[in-house]
Amino acid sequence: MTPNNPADRPFRLSMLIYDRHYRSLLIQAVVFIAVMLVGWWLVNNTLTNLARMGKTLDFGFLWNRAGYDIPFSLIPYSSNDSHLRAAMVGLTNTLLVSALGCVFATVIGVVVGVLRLSGNWLVARLMTIYVETFRNVPLLLWILVILALFTEVMPAPRDYKPAADGTAKASMILFDSVAPTNRYTAIPRLAVDNDPGSVGLGGFQVDAALLAFGVALLAAWCIRRWLRDRAQLLQDTTGRRPATWWITALLFLVPLLVLSWLFQVHLVRPELKGFNFAGGLNLDNGFVVLLLALSLYTGAFIAEIVRAGVMAVSRGQSEAAAALGLRARLIMGLVVLPQALRVIVPPLISQYLNLTKNSSLAIAVGYPDLRATLGGTTLNQTGREMESMIVMMGIYLAISLVISGVMNVYNARVTLKER
Amino acid sequence: MRQIVFLATAAAAALAAGGAMAAEGETLAQVKARGVLNCGVNTGLVGFAAPDANGNWSGFDIAICKAVAAAVLGDASKVKYVPTTGQTRFTALSSGEVDVLARNSTWTFQRDTDLKLDFAGVNYYDGQGFMVRKDLGVSSAKELDGATICIQTGTSTELNLADWFRANNMTYQPVNIDSNAEGEQQYMAGACDAYTTDASGLAATRAAFADPDNHIILPEIISKEPLGPAVRHGDNNWGDIVRWVLYALISGEEYGVTSANIEELSKSSTNPDVQRMLGATDDYGAMLGLDKEWAKRAIAASGNYGEIFAANIGEQTPIGLARGLNALWTQGGLMYAMPFR
Repeated sequence: MTPNNPADRPFRLSMLIYDRHYRSLLIQAVVFIAVMLVGWWLVNNTLTNLARMGKTLDFGFLWNRAGYDIPFSLIPYSSNDSHLRAAMVGLTNTLLVSALGCVFATVIGVVVGVLRLSGNWLVARLMTIYVETFRNVPLLLWILVILALFTEVMPAPRDYKPAADGTAKASMILFDSVAPTNRYTAIPRLAVDNDPGSVGLGGFQVDAALLAFGVALLAAWCIRRWLRDRAQLLQDTTGRRPATWWITALLFLVPLLVLSWLFQVHLVRPELKGFNFAGGLNLDNGFVVLLLALSLYTGAFIAEIVRAGVMAVSRGQSEAAAALGLRARLIMGLVVLPQALRVIVPPLISQYLNLTKNSSLAIAVGYPDLRATLGGTTLNQTGREMESMIVMMGIYLAISLVISGVMNVYNARVTLKER
Repeated sequence: MRQIVFLATAAAAALAAGGAMAAEGETLAQVKARGVLNCGVNTGLVGFAAPDANGNWSGFDIAICKAVAAAVLGDASKVKYVPTTGQTRFTALSSGEVDVLARNSTWTFQRDTDLKLDFAGVNYYDGQGFMVRKDLGVSSAKELDGATICIQTGTSTELNLADWFRANNMTYQPVNIDSNAEGEQQYMAGACDAYTTDASGLAATRAAFADPDNHIILPEIISKEPLGPAVRHGDNNWGDIVRWVLYALISGEEYGVTSANIEELSKSSTNPDVQRMLGATDDYGAMLGLDKEWAKRAIAASGNYGEIFAANIGEQTPIGLARGLNALWTQGGLMYAMPFR
């Protein structure tokens, strides 16, 4: 009997080729060394060539003055800030459009995916047309088409200015509160008269009014949870569930109204001042176009994923649920969706990752995302291509890994429990 | 795994091929061996560098490319024009994709030192200006507070703009564009109130409009923009060639050597400067690694500096730029060629 444990057999050199165990070890070792060599050569080649061009790998430029302005920023930024700060502005802009894009794409995808399965012929066909047109045309073309619609069709801000005879070429819509232009859409903004100022929170200045609203909402949500748990407990023991909806409504409404009155919250309408609208909030067209294109494009893919997920749940499941007397809404919520999610979530992760990476097409609409600040203007003005690219790839990698990590945790929660 | 190794190898090969550097005398040898000069130019700026309907490039910067090609290769048509944007131009030069960059590039400290470029000289003294529609009712750049402004990204003008508005306590909304064509389109569509770039570029852009009279260039010039051809650090011989070709063109105007009379002057001129430059007496070409008649061919290619200016951007052209700072030093301008001696 030949011993099965390879350690028991005496080692001969020929075993590297003929023995399966040693052969696989040899192949792994060779491949590992080859990959390492190629990696080393790549790095070495890059550094050598950089040195021959008289350049060194130096990230010090990130702390130099950026000197350029960024049209759209969530965090305070001026041209006196550093390139690192400019990169952070780009990063927050990327995260903003990606996060909103994921939310909108999911909503669109779920609605369209379910509607595509609808018994209504017209609705189902319309959804098919949407999915096929958006899925089969490159995203960049959609971005450019939507951008062209915005810049060519919308009036310029100065078209809102009344001419000598008192008439203007364009007028604001929705009770004179919204002004769509070829640069941005001016919408009203919430403002507080009784401003409580801001409080320092872990190094950041947070608006006190915003903080107060956040705390009130969080408290209301916690109390609501506790109420629901208590109601469930009562139902389980006595069989009677106390009505909680009006308490919930009060919990959310009363603090909001009180705080609004306290801070004198009101709407500020945008007004044409000089060249542009001011006072309200100017939603940049680049941002709107990018968000729209990303959501619609990824939404089409998600719709198909949702459809596949729902169809993967056998028809017998919903029939059995119906036989138990469950209503359609409950069948969907308790029987079909939990099972469909197992199929939906893994491909959904890929779509979220795709959307986030596709947001770098912002360059086409002039939206200052990470690619446009760090990988665009900073790269150009400093001439540090290699360094900018390395930092940018690292950041995109980190974002993707975080998304994928979070979604994997969620996937583990909805996955089939096998005991 | 095999695939990964393959991809890595392919990437490595691509990287190795892209590596380039400039050692003394190497660029000249490369250009001569190739038989063609790779010249980085604007993607399209009428008067400075623009292809016609047949794909033939012409313009003020193109003339520099032609003069260098004529001096080095003996044939002004042996040029491959590589269109570059504000973003790609310096990478194209430092990676060796182009031998010389003649693309309205401003000579700045940081480009000269940190970006490892050498500016061979200045072929156009420019400054940054603003263009607006006439019916906007603006007559000074100081009235542009709150305006939306189109700006080519990756340019020195982008930084000047930020500094100027900051210094004047004014705000603006930048619209970043990639090329002059895109800027033109955005400006025409009204996506920005003003378009800013070098004043010469504004004049050239306006000349290409269907309604040039409806647009004005504001009087303020907010920066110094000395534009000139650039080469890589490290190959001083090549830098000398481009520099002295430019000086030959300027000297040509100063000494009255034109494309029309150059044949005659190279034989009959009694001016020792002209004799030296055109190779009638001394062999200055050998000091550059070129032949005797390099400067003669450079001037013959599209004429001397004055001729090139008049033919492409001068007052007789639609662009209509006055010589101003770009007149010869003898006529109150800044154009001054170092002596051929």
